[in-house]
Amino acid sequence: MSDGVTTKGLIEVNGFDLSYESIDGSVEAVRDVSVRVDPGEFVSIIGPSGCGKSTLLNAVAGFLNPTRGTVRVDGETVEGPSADRGMVFQQYSLFPWKTVRGNVEFGLKMKGRDKYSREAAARTLLGLAGLQQFENHYPDRLSGGMKQRVGIVRALATGPKVLLLDEPFGALDAQTRVIMQQILTNMWQRLKISVLFVTHDIDEAIFLSDRVYCMTARPGTIKAEIMVPLERPRQPSMMMSSEFLALRRGLMSLIREESLKAMGGEIGDGALQGLSIDLHGQSLADVI
Amino acid sequence: MERVVLKAQEAEPVDAGSVVAPIEPAPAATKVQRFARPRRWLALHRRDIGTLVLGAVSLLVFLTIWHFLTKYRVNIYVRFLNVPSPEQVVERAIRAFHDPKFFAHVALSCRRILIGFLCAAVVAVPLGLLMGRFRLIRESIFPVTEVLRPIPAIAWVPMSIMLWPSNEESIVFITFLGSFFPILINTLHGMALVDPVLVRASQCLGAREISIFREVYFPAALPHIFTGLTVGMGVAWVSLIAAEMISGQYGIGYFTWEAYSLVQYSDIALGMICIGVLGLASSAMIRGVGKFVMPWTRT
Repeated sequence: MSDGVTTKGLIEVNGFDLSYESIDGSVEAVRDVSVRVDPGEFVSIIGPSGCGKSTLLNAVAGFLNPTRGTVRVDGETVEGPSADRGMVFQQYSLFPWKTVRGNVEFGLKMKGRDKYSREAAARTLLGLAGLQQFENHYPDRLSGGMKQRVGIVRALATGPKVLLLDEPFGALDAQTRVIMQQILTNMWQRLKISVLFVTHDIDEAIFLSDRVYCMTARPGTIKAEIMVPLERPRQPSMMMSSEFLALRRGLMSLIREESLKAMGGEIGDGALQGLSIDLHGQSLADVI
Repeated sequence: MERVVLKAQEAEPVDAGSVVAPIEPAPAATKVQRFARPRRWLALHRRDIGTLVLGAVSLLVFLTIWHFLTKYRVNIYVRFLNVPSPEQVVERAIRAFHDPKFFAHVALSCRRILIGFLCAAVVAVPLGLLMGRFRLIRESIFPVTEVLRPIPAIAWVPMSIMLWPSNEESIVFITFLGSFFPILINTLHGMALVDPVLVRASQCLGAREISIFREVYFPAALPHIFTGLTVGMGVAWVSLIAAEMISGQYGIGYFTWEAYSLVQYSDIALGMICIGVLGLASSAMIRGVGKFVMPWTRT
């Protein structure tokens, strides 16, 4: 791994607009978004589906160019994907033809590191993630949680300045997800790397982050920026604390509003209120 | 089993060690258990064994029907009057296996297949990979291959004879054409199905064009390439036999056709079975190579 002290990994997104052309003209996906992640900070972006949070992450990764605005990492404009910005995808995206260790070694191989040092580095990292006995398995054989641990370890192996995660635990079951969140905070705590984390899970965002950006429905803009003053290291028991629940309540109402907007004409506020059935004074048991 | 009651103040996670009893070491194997492993092996492979047995039975039934059809010289619209019996074919096969001329036929056919098929693979796989990767190459070559593809390799025989200086080359060319298109189309198909997320993942890990091609596109398309090779091998045999029958001297296809002209009916069946076995063996060989180079597809 690189010298890896916390001096690097500043992400600055300024006045970011993204629109694309369709048959009906130009469609605005993201409008005037500014986001900052300080070196060593853990920042989440949360918002309803289709708000452009993944678009923003893809722009930081270098897969998309902004229509307007700038994306900079450590002062340099992002001009394409690079090993400086590690990324973890929701679909795991492990190479099925490589073993667990082969996957983790990939980035180092691209860097031209020799076989033995690659092997040693991969073994160390896999050990940290509790995966050493699976190093010769093909990804096919692993559970979702293990796959994503390999995905994270693979992204960290090249010693990137920042780590970008695109709903990495979205495909996992609730129990596994909580464990993975714990593993991720532990790793982050140890590596002191800047993290930009995209999710639609409110608990996840609060539990992991120092700061949370909340985005609006399409076109995506930043609606609010919430500081998370919970102490580190984070423990699952904190999720029951009054501080956590207050943050949760606040974010929930922000998101709910946007989710309803995102669903547009499909479900208005009235429709949700209509869910309480008028029983004309009878009790439910009588009606049934 | 110990029971744990969660009390209100016990919000902290319970220590796992106190809940789970230590697992007792398994008792040493006794005499009764001596055959446990073979028995378990049998239980685990019951289906495979069943498949084998059923396959053998089905072949036996086929041979029996053949035997009786020829023994009683059945003649109900379909005529088995001159069809050799399995016994005659076996007898002829034993004689043929001591005959170097027969082996010369087989060896020549195998040689033609090998050259034609290998040339096709060497041209079609890289072409398919390049066409799959670069739109410009794909869109300029695809129309030509699409027009040529539906033409059966046998229809190329007259053209091939005109094109090549000798019969030998034109037969190899027909074999080449037969296997070329299945390999190309499957390679293209495999390239089209490469998961773009894997490409992006490799870019985030610092892969550049050549590495992406070698480390992502190629292995991702490999299972489809092998499908193409298997299909291509089958078509190569079809084309080869047809070409040998039409324009050949020597070769197992020629052997089969010649047997008819020379009224050696046992040889017809022998040639056919030989072609079947060779086709089967070459497909199995490709599957074996596929499993060897793609260990991640083994189940």
